[in-house]
Amino acid sequence: MSGIDWRHLATKVMKHWMLIAFALLSTAPVALVVINSFKARRAIFRNPYHLPTVETFDLVGYETVFAKSQFHVYYFNSLFVTLIALALILLFGTMVAFALAEYSFPGNYLLRLFFLLGIIIPIRLGSVSLLRLIDSLDLIGTLWALIVVYIAGGLPFAVFILTQFMAQVPGELKDAARVDGASEYRVFWLILPIIRPATGTVAAISIIPMWNDLWFPLVLAPGEATRTVTLGAQQFMGQFSNDWNALLAALSLSSVPVLIIYFISSKQLLQGLTAGAIKN
Amino acid sequence: MTASLSRSGRSKHRKPFPTHIIVFLAPAVVIYGLFMIYPLFDSLRLGFFAQVTRGVEQFVGFDNYVTLMTDDAILQPRLLNALKNSFLFFAVNMLVQNPIALMLAAVLSTKTRGGLLYRILIFSPAILSLAIAGFVWRLVLSPLWGIVYDMLKALGLGAYAQPWLGLESTALITLALISAWQFLGIPMMLYYATLISIPNDLFEAAYVDGATDWQIFWRIKLPLLMPMIGIISLLTYIGNFNAFDVIFALKGADAGPNYASDTMMTFFYRTFFGSGFQKADPHMGASVAGTMFVILMAGVLIYFFIRRRIKTYEL
Repeated sequence: MSGIDWRHLATKVMKHWMLIAFALLSTAPVALVVINSFKARRAIFRNPYHLPTVETFDLVGYETVFAKSQFHVYYFNSLFVTLIALALILLFGTMVAFALAEYSFPGNYLLRLFFLLGIIIPIRLGSVSLLRLIDSLDLIGTLWALIVVYIAGGLPFAVFILTQFMAQVPGELKDAARVDGASEYRVFWLILPIIRPATGTVAAISIIPMWNDLWFPLVLAPGEATRTVTLGAQQFMGQFSNDWNALLAALSLSSVPVLIIYFISSKQLLQGLTAGAIKN
Repeated sequence: MTASLSRSGRSKHRKPFPTHIIVFLAPAVVIYGLFMIYPLFDSLRLGFFAQVTRGVEQFVGFDNYVTLMTDDAILQPRLLNALKNSFLFFAVNMLVQNPIALMLAAVLSTKTRGGLLYRILIFSPAILSLAIAGFVWRLVLSPLWGIVYDMLKALGLGAYAQPWLGLESTALITLALISAWQFLGIPMMLYYATLISIPNDLFEAAYVDGATDWQIFWRIKLPLLMPMIGIISLLTYIGNFNAFDVIFALKGADAGPNYASDTMMTFFYRTFFGSGFQKADPHMGASVAGTMFVILMAGVLIYFFIRRRIKTYEL
């Protein structure tokens, strides 16, 4: 009996060794960058694995970043674009999901396929025509160009997930409201709190590609004033590719805030992802 | 009059299309139709046109595609190279990321102390932008800083250390591995979700019959995972065939060294906007996008074809 226990223990130890190795592989590169961003140049190269000490602590990288680029503007732009786009994706997405799940009307199935198309084909392939369209609307070089494109690109996934959740809301609830004389708009409004967990998951999954996108800022709004964090950091790092302090600081500035938000909300995000995957 | 009629949403009689349904659908259909579906199909159309003189477009049929695929000294070799690289980029992700994700999910789906923390940490790079994650790796891989060199030396593999991102033979594979590293958490979570949704009594019966963990994985879990493996393969294909961000961020539009890391998307970008060695041509760019469209759709169709053929088990 004790022999079996030893084997059990050995598998357990091996399992954790493997998981620790992968957890380290996943986090160590970014951690090293952040740690070294607070050090003087010599310390970065001489002992990269040490935390900054009183002697080696240096903010010169951050000083360069703030002097030579507009990171606060980039952050404002990214927040402006992603938050407006996200709010409208969720609003329009739930409206469509409600209509698709609630009413049977001619074209319902076709409309589902219409939205499904957007999950399969990447929106980037339409860039040649999209650039012309955005140009003819006089939106080139504005944040609104990014907002409308991200809404269009984010809707298919939101509709796909939300329709499945909408279909599970019990009918009695809606009918009770209708008996009380509620309009269809009012019924929709009453349903919203019920599908909030699904909305949260969709929000978390939708915001990541918008925040991180490099293609559309580059194609539609590359100017200094409209740069998002991803584009701004990319351009900055291209310019200062030999200034290690500045590189490390710019990388930290563009990743740490996102990681903090992730670690705060990760439990919900991952649980939502798990629940969503099981449903589909 | 019609407006008041359509208000009575639930009547069984033939009626005009109810207003409230239109209100619910209109904003999304308009924005998505105008800014996604229309540009996709209009881009396909533009691939059949060319600019004859400034501002004048002319229908040229398949001329752009013919030029792209046959008789141009620059375009055709670039296209073949980019095509090969795109498939290689996908293949590396498929063969490295997918099995590792499955293995981690299989381990994490058993009772594991600290399982949530492991999942949070392993998933964390996936929320960063590829451009940022790519730059992080560029520093870590830099011979100047020597982090990876130190690691390899510690493992006794110092002789293998090379500036992988800079070498023609290894640049593309290194970029693909960075992408595989970054998004490992996504397939891992999807496999994990599928595995924990399998009811326990299925294994308990097998355990009683004397099956080992290994047998249970191959005989019970893997067949149940087949549909998810298919979906993840399709997602990997769609996501990686269009690889752009990490290549553009680290290697620029010319995807060096000597186009060794050029994929269809960087090739599309160069053809569309031009670069040092290629003049900008939106119509030719649209043809490149059209080519990608066809290849992507072929992949999707193959997926649906295989899925129909393979027997799947449902719980």
